[in-house]
Amino acid sequence: MAAKRQEPAIAIRDLRVIRGSRKVIQDISINISHGSLVGLLGPSGSGKTTLMRAIVGAQIIAGGSVTVLGKTAGSPELRSDVGYVTQSPSVYADLTAHENLQYFAQLAGVGNAEIKSVLKTVDLHDIADRPVMNLSGGQRSRVSLAAALLGTPEVLILDEPTVGLDPVLRKDLWDVFRSLVKGGATLLVSSHVMDEAQRCDRLIMMREGEILAHSTLPALLKKTKTKDVEGAFLALATTVDTSRSEEKR
Amino acid sequence: MTPSLMAATARRVLQQIRRDRRTVALLMVMPLVILSLLKFMFTDIPVPPGADPTFDSFGPRLMALLPMLLMFVVTSVTTLRERISGTLERLMASPLRKADLVLGYALAFGLIAIVQAGLILAFSLSVLNLNFAGNMWLLGVIIVLDAILGTVLGLAASSLARTEFQAVQMMPAVILPQVLIAGLFLPRDAMPAVLEWVSALLPLSYAIDGINSLAAGDNNVWSEVGVLIAFIVGALVLAVVTLRRRTA
Repeated sequence: MAAKRQEPAIAIRDLRVIRGSRKVIQDISINISHGSLVGLLGPSGSGKTTLMRAIVGAQIIAGGSVTVLGKTAGSPELRSDVGYVTQSPSVYADLTAHENLQYFAQLAGVGNAEIKSVLKTVDLHDIADRPVMNLSGGQRSRVSLAAALLGTPEVLILDEPTVGLDPVLRKDLWDVFRSLVKGGATLLVSSHVMDEAQRCDRLIMMREGEILAHSTLPALLKKTKTKDVEGAFLALATTVDTSRSEEKR
Repeated sequence: MTPSLMAATARRVLQQIRRDRRTVALLMVMPLVILSLLKFMFTDIPVPPGADPTFDSFGPRLMALLPMLLMFVVTSVTTLRERISGTLERLMASPLRKADLVLGYALAFGLIAIVQAGLILAFSLSVLNLNFAGNMWLLGVIIVLDAILGTVLGLAASSLARTEFQAVQMMPAVILPQVLIAGLFLPRDAMPAVLEWVSALLPLSYAIDGINSLAAGDNNVWSEVGVLIAFIVGALVLAVVTLRRRTA
């Protein structure tokens, strides 16, 4: 176990993704260590979802490598160790929350006790017997999150799990994420709400398929001499743009 | 392949269908309505002495087509919905194997097909007074195989389609040519040689050949049944192979 902790939970080397003629991810290299809660920040279209899809092995990549828990991303042995929640809730709208979880629990090889516990975690136990199509957007995305928590995967990739949730619930979910990390899981959580950055151990900032920064929030604020995440992002983006236009000259 | 995961998938698909009462009604009642319509349509056509009433010869052939058509549409749209809703991507990142998913679907719709075929036969015999010389059980087997074939062709076609709109277009593309040249309207040996040769590549031809031979009192249809099963296996393999874990 100790030896395993030495190497990063997720290792990305020179990852490149091309869609059509556009480079969606441009030669990214990054390590995410075991048991950390990492925030992935950036505007929409910055490549966050594509990066996450590459980590779960759902993305066709043009170059580089992605290694998760020492194995190539998407390899069959990883499928029960990596949980993935897509941005729009990916559950069956015509089934109830409970029926959805029953199916995904069977796939994960876990039983009813686990279903009960994840329903509690995402605070859905009261409405578990309603069809998902009758639930609100926030409730749907919590069903989707609950499905990924089944079987307590070692690595969780969560694409904007807190979008559209009320602040109280959002806080609760971040507490859940924190407790998962305490239990040894590694979480990569994307968000375009810059405020959520302070809840993460480390931040990855993306823009136009490139990584602007990968560090802790205090270090980032110190480096950019700014007061908040929004300001840090602006400062970094401006620096990149200026150096680019100077290159062109 | 993991039988328990395949069964879990079939169960989930059936749960979904059960929720959708209107679809269940359409799947079960529509073939009966169409067959009744066919019977009604032929009422005033005089039958030459010694010949079979038109419905008796046309009805059984149509019984092979209708379940295939319906199951094709239902399956291709259902699996495509799975793709669009993102659940397919989730499943592809889970321990579920591609074959478990495809076979789970085939199993669920196969069970529906058996119920559908039973209803069609019972209704035709008791209400529409169908007069059929051959073995009814064998006719049932051919109808069920045809419905399963519709399902697996639908699975394969939805892998090729990217939108629900395209998936619906697959129906005329895959089914209509079979309706025309598989022997439903015209015996296959009465067509130009090229078409007869092409029709030998279409699964529906074998279903209709089988039904024709049953209707003529010849119950030896095992080669036709074998060819239908081979087509089903082939389409299943195609559906599994065309399913992609990684996408652009």
